[in-house]
Amino acid sequence: MAMPSATQSPLFTKEFYTSLFENIDGENIKTCLQCATCSGVCPFGHVMDFPPGRMIAWMRAGILEEMLESDSVWMCVSCYACTEVCPKEIPVTPSLMTRAKEEVLLAGNVPTELQSALEFSQRYGNPLGESSRKRAAWIEDLDFEVPTARKVRRPVDVLWFVGDYASYHPRVKEVTKAFAKLLKALEIDYIILGGAENSDGDSQRLAGEKGLFEVLAEKNAKAFSRCEFGEIITTDPHAYNALKNEYPQLGIEYPVKHYAEFLVERLEEIKPLLKDNGKVRVTYHDPCYLGRVNDIYDEPRTLLEAIPGLELVEMPHNKTTSLCCGGGGGGMWLDGFRWEKAEARLSEWRMREAASTAVDVLALACPYEPPRFEDAAKAIKGAEDIVVKDIIELLVEVMEE
Amino acid sequence: MTKIVVLAKLVPDLVEELEIAPDGKALDMMWLRLLINEFDNHAIEQAVLLKEAVGGEVTIISPDAEGVDDMLFTTAAKGADKLIKLVGDFEDMPNNHALASAFAKVAKEEQPDLILTGVQANNDLDGAIGPLVAKELDMPYVGYISGVTLEEGGVIARKEYPGGLIGEMEVKLPAVLGIQASEEPPRYVAISKVRQMMKSAAIDEHDVPELADTGGLPVNRMYLPEAAERAEMIEGDEDEIAAKLVELFQEIGVM
Amino acid sequence: MTKDIYVLIEHVQGKVADISYIMLAAARELAEGTGGEVVGILLGHEAQGLAETLAADKVLYGDHPALAEFTPDAYQKVLEKLIPEKEPRAVLFGSTTIGADVVGTLSSQLDIPLVDSCVSVSADSNVISQICGGKIMVESALEGTTSFIAMIPGHYKVESGQSDAGPEVTPIELPALDDLRVTLRQYIEPEIGDVDITQEDVLIGVGRGIQTEDNIEWIEELADLLGAEICASRPIVDQGWLPTSRMVGKSGQSVKPKLYLSLGISGAPEHVEGMAGSEMVIAVNMDPDAPIFDVAKYGVEFDLFDLIDPLMDKIEETS
Repeated sequence: MAMPSATQSPLFTKEFYTSLFENIDGENIKTCLQCATCSGVCPFGHVMDFPPGRMIAWMRAGILEEMLESDSVWMCVSCYACTEVCPKEIPVTPSLMTRAKEEVLLAGNVPTELQSALEFSQRYGNPLGESSRKRAAWIEDLDFEVPTARKVRRPVDVLWFVGDYASYHPRVKEVTKAFAKLLKALEIDYIILGGAENSDGDSQRLAGEKGLFEVLAEKNAKAFSRCEFGEIITTDPHAYNALKNEYPQLGIEYPVKHYAEFLVERLEEIKPLLKDNGKVRVTYHDPCYLGRVNDIYDEPRTLLEAIPGLELVEMPHNKTTSLCCGGGGGGMWLDGFRWEKAEARLSEWRMREAASTAVDVLALACPYEPPRFEDAAKAIKGAEDIVVKDIIELLVEVMEE
Repeated sequence: MTKIVVLAKLVPDLVEELEIAPDGKALDMMWLRLLINEFDNHAIEQAVLLKEAVGGEVTIISPDAEGVDDMLFTTAAKGADKLIKLVGDFEDMPNNHALASAFAKVAKEEQPDLILTGVQANNDLDGAIGPLVAKELDMPYVGYISGVTLEEGGVIARKEYPGGLIGEMEVKLPAVLGIQASEEPPRYVAISKVRQMMKSAAIDEHDVPELADTGGLPVNRMYLPEAAERAEMIEGDEDEIAAKLVELFQEIGVM
Repeated sequence: MTKDIYVLIEHVQGKVADISYIMLAAARELAEGTGGEVVGILLGHEAQGLAETLAADKVLYGDHPALAEFTPDAYQKVLEKLIPEKEPRAVLFGSTTIGADVVGTLSSQLDIPLVDSCVSVSADSNVISQICGGKIMVESALEGTTSFIAMIPGHYKVESGQSDAGPEVTPIELPALDDLRVTLRQYIEPEIGDVDITQEDVLIGVGRGIQTEDNIEWIEELADLLGAEICASRPIVDQGWLPTSRMVGKSGQSVKPKLYLSLGISGAPEHVEGMAGSEMVIAVNMDPDAPIFDVAKYGVEFDLFDLIDPLMDKIEETS
């Protein structure tokens, strides 16, 4: 890859280092013990020239410009595993790794796959390069009406922020349609934004494109401001994270819930709808942006346990130690790059655990995951028969005849 | 100092469904989304690469269209020095003969050594821009170029022929080159850089008083291709499809 | 103005390009309507023999060392003199690396209207072009003056423009060909590819849809099983994932295998013109509207990556 000349060090290093203090708890970086737990827990730490601990050491030595020329930041999946374990509570993912990606991206060191996703996000409002006019095309597959903001011109209780993969990816659209059925069964008064919805931008932000994130957030803010609603719900933990933690910093503040929270509030209404379809052994994969980042561990499990005949078992890595599917932090758009570097897929590591747990079903709660884990199930011996489903799908299945 | 001018235009985005205007003779502009002609994007990259290699000044000229300001600021963030927007009756997308004559007038004022433009665009019904501009300025033109090296008084332009053959063309300057591909893929610029340019860079507007739409043939009608001869679709799950494919392979004797 | 239809014959390194025959076939169709002759314009040096296979009524031949290989300046000088003298009904050029270099310049200089990307013509002087990556068709009518038509392959067969009869060849007088601003320094031959894809019976074409470079290895496994070779559309070659010798389409190779299995190729006209002559095309693509399904005999709307392994299993099992 052609590399423009790096910014002058040590001035660059100093400016970079001090910019990290702006994050919440950012100054904790000064207390780094060089214990390397971050690098050890990192799923790709072993193939990085600059795992987080080493990056901090080099910054202290005043020489970081090599980092700009290394592509190791593109191995970071922004999974917060490092941040979770840091004994000094350094916000490794949100400050150090994200800022590093921003610098590397500014220097023009961007893998081609990621470049396309960023350009698509800018042009079409989604990283898949699909027409924004087709964002709500999935509703045409349903035999009932899904209310869009354009048609429902009155205040509603809920705005459903559908999200990118939930809107466009053929596998994930099945989850989206199931959620629409669930909302209908619960008689929720809601709207979707349709073509006016844009990517939440969170993964683009974590891939170093903060400017793009802001542009997308502003577009969504404009769409929100044209509707009246009580709260936002979403099936996408990345959108949830953006709306809950990042948009407010841009002055875009709305109450937001992940569907797991929203449905647990209505558990008593849901339970009578669920039939006993027989025994099934299920394990749940905590998505990084629902679990580690936003501490939502119980609600998804509560929903699963509400299903008659369902036995919930845990994989060795669960809750705060959950293993990343590999899709975060731009990972959805770096699969080829990462395969070349690591010759490993994180989703396959996770699938091996699911297989060793001897389950019938791997339950999910994030739209990045179904295609990744379905692919992994095909590749892992003993996992071929594991059914990969979102919790929503599992609920809707036992609601239907 | 080498002065390089790039002529860039926005073209219909083929990701969107295209519709025909009610008169049946043009694209329906109402539903059209525009994006930079990808070959022009390569021309811009090639210009910036030349500037980075040997110095010089890069000027981008583009006709007015929805989104053109963003496109121009993006080129500035990549390294273009001067941005010019042609302003006039561009709403219905004039043909390339008309556009070339507008391009030529403004490009001439810049006294360029080298003019780069995309070798083609997806809506070139009356020929590509480059040769038309070259004639207006009485400059030589060579197209299908995928590499440019500046030399004393001229350039070596690597022209693509079918089958991977390359012709090394010696071209005297000033000249117009139709770019097929830049030597490096077009670069990504962070939006923050583009936003900075929106604050710091200026777009010069040049009025184009008249656009004579001659030079093409009269269009009887535009229509979507008939879908009658489409492929026979093989349905089923992956195993069923695989079985059917193998059956076909055997039928035509390749297995 | 005469009723004759002229064709600029394209040749590179002593070989007539296929587009020339395609244009001759189109010219014949037009000439049947106008009642004129089909006239080839052949510019070269000691290249009169190239006229022998052309299905033209006659060939105007210009010989000069500066015309030995194509350069835009020399061709233009000859044509800007010849065309107004002869006043043909229409002149056909290839919308190619040769024709497209001169047709626009001549249109502007001689004030002759030009229609580009033409796939077919009809005896009643209608011209069908395709724009927007083949998503829009345009029907234009020849005007009362000489018109220029720049053609792309797709409709006419190369054989229809070939003949053993050997047309009458008439030398033409040339203008001075000095002070040329563009000259050919040399040709650079493509790196000798490991295979000549134009000679293969079974080809697997890969496009953007394969997403990453490492997937090429995967598809190579499939190719090995099938005894096929891999070729690609332009984006794959531009990425450096396959050598230029494997590129199919405009500025790549034209292939005619028994089977062309197209994987993740959308089917832009630039690619299609290089593989439309395949005996059978089977296309796999996720997008049901992909233009490749217009070219393919059989289509599969399916995720490529879910299909390759089952397909390999099935092939192994069967053979």
